[in-house]
Amino acid sequence: MLLGASRASEIARFLRDDEALKLDYCSNVTGVDWPEKEIVETVRVETPDPEGGAPKLVDTKVKRIQPGCLEVVYHLYSMSRGIGPVILRMRTENRTDRAVLPSLTPVWRACEFQEREVFDLFGVVFEGHPDLRRILMWDEFKDHPMRKDFTEPDDYEWEPTPHDEVLSKAGRHYPESAQAAQPEKNAAPGAGGAPQGAVKPASQ
Amino acid sequence: MIESPSSPLIESAGSRVRAVQDDFHGDLLEISMGPHHPSTHGVFRMIATLDGEAIVKLKPVFGYLHRNHEKLGENTTYLGSMPYTDRLDYLNSMTNNWAYALAVEKLIGQPVPERAEYVRVILAELTRLQNHTCLAGFLMQDCGCSGTPLMYAFREREKILDLFESLSGSRMMCNYQRFGGCRVDPPSEWLEAARRLTEGYGAFLDEYEALLTRNEILMARTQGVGRLGPELAVNSGITGPMLRATGVAYDIRKVDGYGIYPRFTFRVPLGAHGDTYDRYMIRILEARESISILRQALKDIPAGPIMDPKAKLRGLRPKPGEAYGRIEGPKGEIGFYLISDGSPNPYRYRIRPPSFVNLTLLEDLCLGHTVADAVVILGSIDIVLGEVDR
Repeated sequence: MLLGASRASEIARFLRDDEALKLDYCSNVTGVDWPEKEIVETVRVETPDPEGGAPKLVDTKVKRIQPGCLEVVYHLYSMSRGIGPVILRMRTENRTDRAVLPSLTPVWRACEFQEREVFDLFGVVFEGHPDLRRILMWDEFKDHPMRKDFTEPDDYEWEPTPHDEVLSKAGRHYPESAQAAQPEKNAAPGAGGAPQGAVKPASQ
Repeated sequence: MIESPSSPLIESAGSRVRAVQDDFHGDLLEISMGPHHPSTHGVFRMIATLDGEAIVKLKPVFGYLHRNHEKLGENTTYLGSMPYTDRLDYLNSMTNNWAYALAVEKLIGQPVPERAEYVRVILAELTRLQNHTCLAGFLMQDCGCSGTPLMYAFREREKILDLFESLSGSRMMCNYQRFGGCRVDPPSEWLEAARRLTEGYGAFLDEYEALLTRNEILMARTQGVGRLGPELAVNSGITGPMLRATGVAYDIRKVDGYGIYPRFTFRVPLGAHGDTYDRYMIRILEARESISILRQALKDIPAGPIMDPKAKLRGLRPKPGEAYGRIEGPKGEIGFYLISDGSPNPYRYRIRPPSFVNLTLLEDLCLGHTVADAVVILGSIDIVLGEVDR
């Protein structure tokens, strides 16, 4: 069931309190990322004949961009009636500046931590959530790792003896110190203010 | 400590010291317990604000073990995630495996042979036995009873882990269930050993209960501590023994009847007070019911294939769609939500972790109690950080 964001909390309250449904237990809350998709469709278009004859049907490929969104999925069950799952979905308008949805935590307390997790990992802002903070990532973290277009930062991995992929990543991130750390003798280790050990040559 | 504005200022000779107050009422002290504290069962932190000795605010902080398990699951194949599920709740890898296998079987419509269903029930109930026994041991450790109960619990747990090891090759990271059956067929000697263990387990529980259940210190430390009412528990999504301790009869083995659970007769123990003592008692009673299920399953287990011969494990490409599979794990409802887009990797791989959701009410339970009680309450919730942080 896809809910519009504007009336979602009223509908959720109805589902919870209605005598026949009594969906009192919200089991699972999660986000799904649907990035923008370029869809190529073959459409038959009537094109007028330039020589003045009857119009012809010509197959043309049309590119259409399906706008992306973030979707939040709620799995509801009824403990007293023994029914379920009823699946609620809400979608944000886009994935960047209008990723706002109403929070269902005032209806089901079970959403509290799980909505925080969706906020943390997907970046959906829940309006009306009493305590919307990052929950799994640290507070200073900027990005949302569960999005499909998330790229991991190239300096997050630290190894005492970096090699192969890690070394090349570190080289991209700390270009000067990577050159300084080439096996030249008397090169000062960690020059350029890079963290110690980030680009130590593997031979040491 | 927050400075009390009411205490008089001593300003002689430029000093700005405040007078000591005898009455500390109204002064709040914030303490941070963890992340490295033996009572937090891993790397878990509680920021507690105290008024005197009473907790007035408590915020749990976690994520120290976060490795973005769900992203790992989306970047590997369906089968490739199976060993990762062991690492969620590392005490109960068999039930994690089962929940994941169930979700994938729902997604692709894969039947499971009879014998495999029995083996799954046997392993899940053995897992429940060792989890509940260990929990009682950990709870006693949190009460300050160092050693004996935990060592008794570990002695029995080791016998069950030996069974797991001889069947799957690993004590804790079993990686045993597959979509459409189980990996290895248990030989008759293994089933005989499981029968012997089941018959002996009741005597151990009697011994354990003689030591603990009517123990005066345990009763003093847990009765009336961390009371939880049924309405709040249901609204907060609490599941498992913690929910049933509040008196709500909700056991997914009964409600969903997944696998072959409807064939077995067992009772669902319920608590009356919802306090920490009830949570302890529910676990002991559930362990006894598990023994009864084990007896029935080990008696009726049929011969036959352990894997569906048509099951496809490698190169599995489910049709686009989604499925939510859930089972009653020892800690509560563990569920897997999968979305397939037709590729070999799941488009979305989500775990519904029971101990993560059960932590929602930690603050509510601890308010008004002392720090020592908060430790016991946390112990009775039964968390594993591998699953909370994922």
